[in-house]
Amino acid sequence: MSPRQTRPRTTGADSTTTVNLRLYIAGSAPNSVQAVTNLKRICHEHLRGVHRLQIVDILEHPQRAMSAGILVTPTLVKLSPSPATQVVGNLSDTEKVLIAIGIRG
Amino acid sequence: MPKRLSPLTKVATGIEGFDLLSNGGLPSNRSSLLVGGPGAGKTVFALQCLVNAVRGQRGTGMFVAFEERPSEIIANAGSFDWDLPALAKKGIFFLNAHLSPTVVKAGDFDLAGMLAMLASKQEEIGAQWIVFDGIDVLLTLLQDPVAEMREIYRIRDWLEDRALTAIITAKTVEGPYEVVHYGFLQFMADCVVRLGRRQEDRVAVPWIQMTKYRGSGYASAEFPMTIGPSGIEVAVIESEVSGRRASRQRVSIGFDDLDALLGGGVFRGSGTLLTGLPGTAKTTLAGKFAEAACGRGERTLFVSYDESSEQIARNLTSVGIRLNAHLKSGLLRMYSARTEGLSAEELLTRLKSQIVEYQPGCLVIDPLTAIAKGSSTATARSVASRLIYMIKDEGITLLVTALSETDDPLTESTDLQISTIADTWIHLSYLVSSGERNRALTIVKSRGTGHSNQVRELILRKSGPSLSDVYTAGGEVLMGTLRWEREAEESNRKSRQLNEYERKRRELQLVEARTLAQIESLQMELEKQRVELTSYSSDKDATSISAKERENELRRRRGNPADRASGKTKRSSSN
Repeated sequence: MSPRQTRPRTTGADSTTTVNLRLYIAGSAPNSVQAVTNLKRICHEHLRGVHRLQIVDILEHPQRAMSAGILVTPTLVKLSPSPATQVVGNLSDTEKVLIAIGIRG
Repeated sequence: MPKRLSPLTKVATGIEGFDLLSNGGLPSNRSSLLVGGPGAGKTVFALQCLVNAVRGQRGTGMFVAFEERPSEIIANAGSFDWDLPALAKKGIFFLNAHLSPTVVKAGDFDLAGMLAMLASKQEEIGAQWIVFDGIDVLLTLLQDPVAEMREIYRIRDWLEDRALTAIITAKTVEGPYEVVHYGFLQFMADCVVRLGRRQEDRVAVPWIQMTKYRGSGYASAEFPMTIGPSGIEVAVIESEVSGRRASRQRVSIGFDDLDALLGGGVFRGSGTLLTGLPGTAKTTLAGKFAEAACGRGERTLFVSYDESSEQIARNLTSVGIRLNAHLKSGLLRMYSARTEGLSAEELLTRLKSQIVEYQPGCLVIDPLTAIAKGSSTATARSVASRLIYMIKDEGITLLVTALSETDDPLTESTDLQISTIADTWIHLSYLVSSGERNRALTIVKSRGTGHSNQVRELILRKSGPSLSDVYTAGGEVLMGTLRWEREAEESNRKSRQLNEYERKRRELQLVEARTLAQIESLQMELEKQRVELTSYSSDKDATSISAKERENELRRRRGNPADRASGKTKRSSSN
């Protein structure tokens, strides 16, 4: 029942606040699998040590996704710092992801 | 891919008319596609199916809203008598699938997660129905034809797995784009229904059309529909004639003279059509009909278009028709409506709800032709006939008036074509001659009733309308002054004729007398001659006797008279 988590690593990064991310996926659907891979890469490259990532599988926790207002998969939600943002898609467009979660732009 | 083995079964939508044109409703456990432009009524149709299912306890449903937020949908449905918030609690689950415009799209995505959520919800509430409202919004978001097709397939497979009866709505724009973009959607669905609006004389008339139904027959025409207080109604005329038993009971049409012409009134539950030019007293007769109906204690609904009920009640008072008491007692209801800017279908829906609410025994619509103002002839005709059929099915005694364009009753048939559905058709006209206009009444037809074909004069007095016997002369009907003149002239002529006759008679009597006198004198002459003749004959007898006597005398004198006499006789006889 508990979502998979990756421990925040506090290495020297360009931001001091922790970025809280939650990725909703649908099992092993191709887009979902790609999203997990892409997000992990992005976090590793740009948010090392300053993020917390939760991955929620909707197939296992449909109610949870529903109450969060999730619609399509995969959906990445930046919970904090505010403003909260949503990114949909397999996160192949790194630039857009970075802008959306407030690292660039 | 799962195989479809189950035969086609249908599930009623409960939408009036639609179940009729689709021969029983939508395909159950399959998907139906609802396409149409913005505001065509797609959301209402889909929602109404769910509402009817929950109300009729035929199942529960899920409503996935891609375009509008559920709160907006529920608020918009507030104009219908559905009590949607209560029903939603009972068995309609709304999913807000409205993707926020602030959402960033970074790569390809799919609906696998959403379908998983819906599957879990279906299990939770035991839903049989699902609506995907505005799937075009979602597909546009995918921005990739291949992805669109993949997601449509995904939905289709999912629906088959879940055995849900699905309604998918998609906004379309007329044109080739629609074919390219939604061709595949149409292919995927088992049933395709199109909704639209067409402009008819400044009024938009919504219509519905079924373009595809796998494994089932359907009516393929564009049917006009209305979105009224109870939702969508599709205007389909039932092909079977109602089995309601025809009443043999006659009720008064308003006044004795006319009842007498119709053989005692009109049949209860029949429809009477009253046609005529403006001012031919159609409303007066309609008012009289209503008054008589209330007088019998029948609930009566008087529908007037483009004239207020107060005006009508006031105007009718001048010809002795008093409706105010019945209005006060609640036996009579007057309903006035403006027709401006409303389509015939909308007017029909409003009228229907009045009838359903008031449950009248008698109904007047004055004039029915007003409903045709905002619509094409075909629509108005369809509405008029459906209205009359509906009223007849309810067993309501109906009187409708219709404004005719010309004074010839036969041209009415080109107008609304209601004359064929009406049981009784009374035509009012003017006969203008010698600077006078007189109202004339003709019974054009009356089913099941022997009636006079002659034209009567309709006279309106303070005491009410009455009919005057026809005055025909030389094949034409005369009225008013002309009639009086002709009557006077006729009576003069008659008295002249009488005089002439008298004179002739006396003359003849005189001749007769003279002849008789002549006969008498001749008779006297004859008598005289007879007497003469008799006397002449007796003279001759006398002479012959004397001759015989003289012969005898001679014989006696000569002696042997017998022999001589006989021999003489023999000779003369042999000669």
